Amino acid sequence: MYEVRLHGRGGQGAVLAAGILAAALVEEGKFAVAIPSFGFERRGAPVAAFLRCDEREIRRMTNIYTPDCVICIDPTVSRSVDILAGLKPGGALIQTSNRPVEELLLNEAVGTVGLCDAVRLAREIFGRPITNTLMLAAFARATGVVSLAALQQALRDSEFRDAGLSQNLLALERGYHETTVHHLERRAAA
Amino acid sequence: MNSASVAERPAPVSEKKPKYMLCEGNEAAALGVALARPDMVALYPITPQSSLVEHLAKLVADGRMDADVVEAEGEHSVLSVLQGATLAGGRTYTATCGPGLAFMFEPYFRTAGMRLPMVMTIVTRDGITPQSVWGGHQDAMTVREVGWVQIYCESVQEVLDTTVMAFKIAEHHDVMLPVNVCLDGNYLSYGSARIEMPEQAEVDAFMGGKDVNWHVALDPLRPMAVDPMTGNASGSGPATFVRYRKGQCRGMQNALKVIEEVHADWGRRIGRHYAPLVEEYRLDDADFALLTLGSMTGAAKDAVDEARAAGRRIGLIKIKTFSPFPIDALQRALRNVKALGVVDRSVAFRWNCGPMFQETLGVLYRLDRHLPAQSFIGGLAGADITVEHFHRVINDTEALMQQPERIYHEPVWLNEKD
Repeated sequence: MYEVRLHGRGGQGAVLAAGILAAALVEEGKFAVAIPSFGFERRGAPVAAFLRCDEREIRRMTNIYTPDCVICIDPTVSRSVDILAGLKPGGALIQTSNRPVEELLLNEAVGTVGLCDAVRLAREIFGRPITNTLMLAAFARATGVVSLAALQQALRDSEFRDAGLSQNLLALERGYHETTVHHLERRAAA
Repeated sequence: MNSASVAERPAPVSEKKPKYMLCEGNEAAALGVALARPDMVALYPITPQSSLVEHLAKLVADGRMDADVVEAEGEHSVLSVLQGATLAGGRTYTATCGPGLAFMFEPYFRTAGMRLPMVMTIVTRDGITPQSVWGGHQDAMTVREVGWVQIYCESVQEVLDTTVMAFKIAEHHDVMLPVNVCLDGNYLSYGSARIEMPEQAEVDAFMGGKDVNWHVALDPLRPMAVDPMTGNASGSGPATFVRYRKGQCRGMQNALKVIEEVHADWGRRIGRHYAPLVEEYRLDDADFALLTLGSMTGAAKDAVDEARAAGRRIGLIKIKTFSPFPIDALQRALRNVKALGVVDRSVAFRWNCGPMFQETLGVLYRLDRHLPAQSFIGGLAGADITVEHFHRVINDTEALMQQPERIYHEPVWLNEKD
């Protein structure tokens, strides 16, 4: 079982992203479960969403406390939420940031960082900092847990239409190719 | 029924979908409703049920479900509108929870008394005060003595399948009672999982001809009174009232057999099998067991597997049908169990335990031996019941086997220190 926790802020689409990722994993023939965290939905407030995938049926319908991967689709939410809490040793962090990996606040558990300046890309593509699909592509690039093609198919099967669909498909494409992947072997060993 | 789609039969909900799809519990309920082809749905949104009625409204707007939609001004009206539609012979549906269920309490009681085979999903929510909009079984448990059949779901797929089956159960001539499909607010309502859609033709064959209200169909050409003034202490009142209540109780008891038959038929036709009343999981050689309800069961089964891998003889019993209470099936399940941990997602204030624990005590009384049992209460107001919580339940329950005397402990509050 592979577990992902997504962090973001209300309005950025973290919950929707978990649903699209789950749909993409189902598209690939896997079992997937996505569960949003249950706060009051408010724009700007920290939100989290949980995703599990496995080759066999997933029975537990619970939140995730020890993720294999954390996807953080907001550049500042880590100031108010401990986004790396419980990350498994050697786990992955997929972070939107315009800073180099050396400047990120990481803990000893982080083994891989997928870095994507998704806010800048989102402003170019959507004219707004909607980072969710960009960061799904960054996740695909950095972990290989899901394919870009499955994410594209999940978007086509979703409620997105017309300009919204083409923009989000472009976001997947650019997010995938404009993500840098950093393996922190020293940290994983420690 | 819907004037926009009278000429053309809408495309069945299953046609445009791939074999596997991802959907949340609320959407699965809406798809199950659409597959059952109701004539009327009446809706009033409330958290965490809201997306369910949004999905229903969208199915109708998209022409994938042919039902009249009534947006009533509140839940009392929702149920009252549907009573009229059901009396006129329609297949009817709604969904609510918590405060909405409280607001519809008067017609909720009347629906069962009038033997109207309505289906209503309770997207279960904890009781208010302190304020909470999150999941818990307190709402459904509070109305467990109002005469509705109540069936709890474990998974998103089970929500879809059970929603269809609920109409068949409600409308069975030996039952003729309204049915609540209870799906856990939050974890199941908003939790998305992979499901398989049955073919509409298969569901149509399963449902058979529509015969909803064969006993008192309203007809303007044959005026009749329903819901007569009865009771009191003279004339035909007492006997009439007793006849109503005995009939309701008989319908509830008949439902036990009908629920089993309907689940067996669904399994034969659709290929998915569920234990209709009480599920036994790894129980055959178990010394002690957990008793669970609803979506907590998945994590509990994972915990049981881990404990089994460590060599502990633990099993699990899940109640699917809570009302009527499956007394015989639960008694059978307990045949070899030497200690029982009962996990509730709500509170029985009067007994200082969980409601399912309280109900289980009645079954323990039927055993010819002492079976030590412990009440655990968790998952209130959206709290999580994790695999780790169930390991605590397993440890505490195993320790009961060493308990020589009849001691009834305080309930264990699983999230007290979370």
